[in-house]
Amino acid sequence: MLLKYLFAKNEDIPAGSATIFFGFSSIFWFVVGTGLGSFNAAKLAFPDWVTGIELFAFGHMRQVHVLAVILGWISMAFGMTMMYMTPALGNTKLWSEKLGLWNVFLWNIGLSVGLLLLWMGITSGREYSDIIWPVDLLIICGVLIPLGINVWMTIAHRKTQGIYITNWFFGACIFMIIIVFIVGNSPELFNLTGLTEAYMTFWFAHNVLGLWITPVAAAIAYYTIPKLTGNPLYSHRIGHLHFWSIIAFYSTPASHHLMSAPLPEWLKSFASVEGVLILIPAVAFVANILLTMKGKWSMFVQNVETKFSITGVLLAIPLNMQGGFQQTRAINWYVHGTGWIVAHAHLALLGMSSFLEAAAVYFGLQQMLRRKLYSLTLANLHYWFFIIGFCVYWISMTIAGLIQGAGKIYEVPYIDVVVAEHPYMIARWVGGTMVFTGNVIWLYNMWMTAREGTLVPKGRYAHEMAYER
Amino acid sequence: MAFQQYKFGTAGIGLMLGLSMCITLLSPSTDFTSGISTWVGLDKQLSLGRVIGFSYEDPLVVGAGKPITVILDKDPVSGAAMDPPVRAYVYNPGIKFSPGINHPRMLGAGVEDLTFGIGRVGEANLTSGAVFTVSKGEFNGAEVDYIENLTATRGWAPAKTLEAAGDENQRFVGQGKTIYITEGCWWCHTLLPEQTQDWQFFGAPPFLGDFNGEMPTAFGSDRKAPDLLHVASRNSSREWMTMHFFNPRLVQPNSIMPRFDYLWGKTDADGNKIDYAKWRADYREYLTGNSIYAPEVPEPASNSEVRALIDWVLTSLK
Repeated sequence: MLLKYLFAKNEDIPAGSATIFFGFSSIFWFVVGTGLGSFNAAKLAFPDWVTGIELFAFGHMRQVHVLAVILGWISMAFGMTMMYMTPALGNTKLWSEKLGLWNVFLWNIGLSVGLLLLWMGITSGREYSDIIWPVDLLIICGVLIPLGINVWMTIAHRKTQGIYITNWFFGACIFMIIIVFIVGNSPELFNLTGLTEAYMTFWFAHNVLGLWITPVAAAIAYYTIPKLTGNPLYSHRIGHLHFWSIIAFYSTPASHHLMSAPLPEWLKSFASVEGVLILIPAVAFVANILLTMKGKWSMFVQNVETKFSITGVLLAIPLNMQGGFQQTRAINWYVHGTGWIVAHAHLALLGMSSFLEAAAVYFGLQQMLRRKLYSLTLANLHYWFFIIGFCVYWISMTIAGLIQGAGKIYEVPYIDVVVAEHPYMIARWVGGTMVFTGNVIWLYNMWMTAREGTLVPKGRYAHEMAYER
Repeated sequence: MAFQQYKFGTAGIGLMLGLSMCITLLSPSTDFTSGISTWVGLDKQLSLGRVIGFSYEDPLVVGAGKPITVILDKDPVSGAAMDPPVRAYVYNPGIKFSPGINHPRMLGAGVEDLTFGIGRVGEANLTSGAVFTVSKGEFNGAEVDYIENLTATRGWAPAKTLEAAGDENQRFVGQGKTIYITEGCWWCHTLLPEQTQDWQFFGAPPFLGDFNGEMPTAFGSDRKAPDLLHVASRNSSREWMTMHFFNPRLVQPNSIMPRFDYLWGKTDADGNKIDYAKWRADYREYLTGNSIYAPEVPEPASNSEVRALIDWVLTSLK
């Protein structure tokens, strides 16, 4: 069906097609990414589980998990939300449905090629930018720039006077991620070497998180919470404080990832201070959303999209408290390189960000398919598998990280740390597997929604309708 | 038309991101480029070659097109004994030179002058290959390390140097680091002792000039295993490394490192086929207590990937 529309006239493509294909692609990559995560976690708990086969070695699969989740699940969910939120907020249509479909098509192709090559070991050897530069160029030209054009043109053709905060974020974040992708991969493109390469690697890694994953996830919540609850956003002005402080503070602290490297000391200190200042956008965002919920807190329990969304916002509180302070020298020396950081990274990507996107994908797919969710029970099951699995993962890895930190400081022989961590590695695998199971349920639920969900008449919202089965 | 907020907004985003990039990218670049190559930095770039990872000369990332490090105790031309032995880097004809040779500025003040002065690196020729070493010299009263083109200064041709070294004194360092990258060793091991008590055990931290010309640096960020920057100073046993790579639990029962037995390839050093299934069956017997001894680890063939990996660990990570 996707192939049929790729060569159709733009007018003949039903509105929402791009959203739907983006939505299902993102859920598919979430299943793949968390499945790989669960597989990798099993290898850390039981190192002889699948052994002696190069392709299934941990070192060949770890980066595939990371990038399948970041570029597959999270970024495609962003693409999906942009396809339906941007036009809705501008009271217009998507600039080009056809471009959107080509975008999702090339995105799946580019990501599959990049990940298959990585799986085989064809890598640039740079963390988070491991994908080799020809595929990077494909991603920039075939994925990011078309997405940007579609969003910017939709905003430019809006029928409202102002631009809502979500669209400010969307437009700016795509622009910034394109710059970050080009500049961050410049060591491969122009063969920059040495500390420049090391620093650029983490400049890229930090900014993918800071200028793409967290702000776009937050922008999504600025749409979903007011939409679901019917309350207007508490303050558009605080939203702008969030927006501008993200750009000012979040684009600078890259070197706090390399506190032990021989980078200039002024740069590390600067990064550390800027890193604490990211609490400003963080507090602005959380306060703004939670105040928007005023009078509608019952929806946190009764409405599954709100449940996902608010869980994500609440997880942003520990996320930013950790993030703001763990990168200062006073704390970084203890936790750097330990499981604490792994836990924190999963709190950002699997916790805060993924919950917000899951809510938007649930909501958007129902809106665009004009069908009500197939099963609320399965959606709740997904939620509880997701949150319990995530908490098991997060707590066990945090404890493992504190053990590793203590082992580092008190010069415990490394192997004793490995022994002490073993129970938490098993817990991590159990937690990750629960999240994976929840996602398989989700994919089934959304598939059945597309086929059998109760039809929603025009002008109504899916969550206002009763189930008819 | 009403207040055009988007014009101010878009300009503002561009200005702020530009300012941020000036502070965090442009300003530190002057610090980075002012680093003067140390011996470690020169050794790394000469032994690793132009670039590790996907590149024109090595598109499948198997370690093709890399120089070979040799350790010589006899002069390959005159046959005179050399004490201490000389570490030389052999670039066969057509092997791309390391970045500092094509871009001298990155070597740093002094190093660049000596390298292209008394080091005669400017005479090195890609089509006939070259042999380099790192020598000590004096520049403005300070001792600096510089690259010396041994082909020009002492007449060491690449083929002759390799022949004089023989297989046992050749170290496939560039290929070894490639395997470190492709096998993802750096997902668990770091190459960067942290600024903590870490130094007591994992050794001295690296300096600014230790990285000139290295690509990628692969520091690693998630440490599930010991730091390796100076591992060969703690343990320089090739036999231990061989056993540990084949099955880490032979030497460290609690290790969670994967087995890298597949790096042995199909045959061992004597050209016999390696029977992995039998090895695993025997190992299971050993684990269950039916056999007293663990099965012997096959001797790696001289062209096996694991040989290159161990070469890199024992030669570069001191």
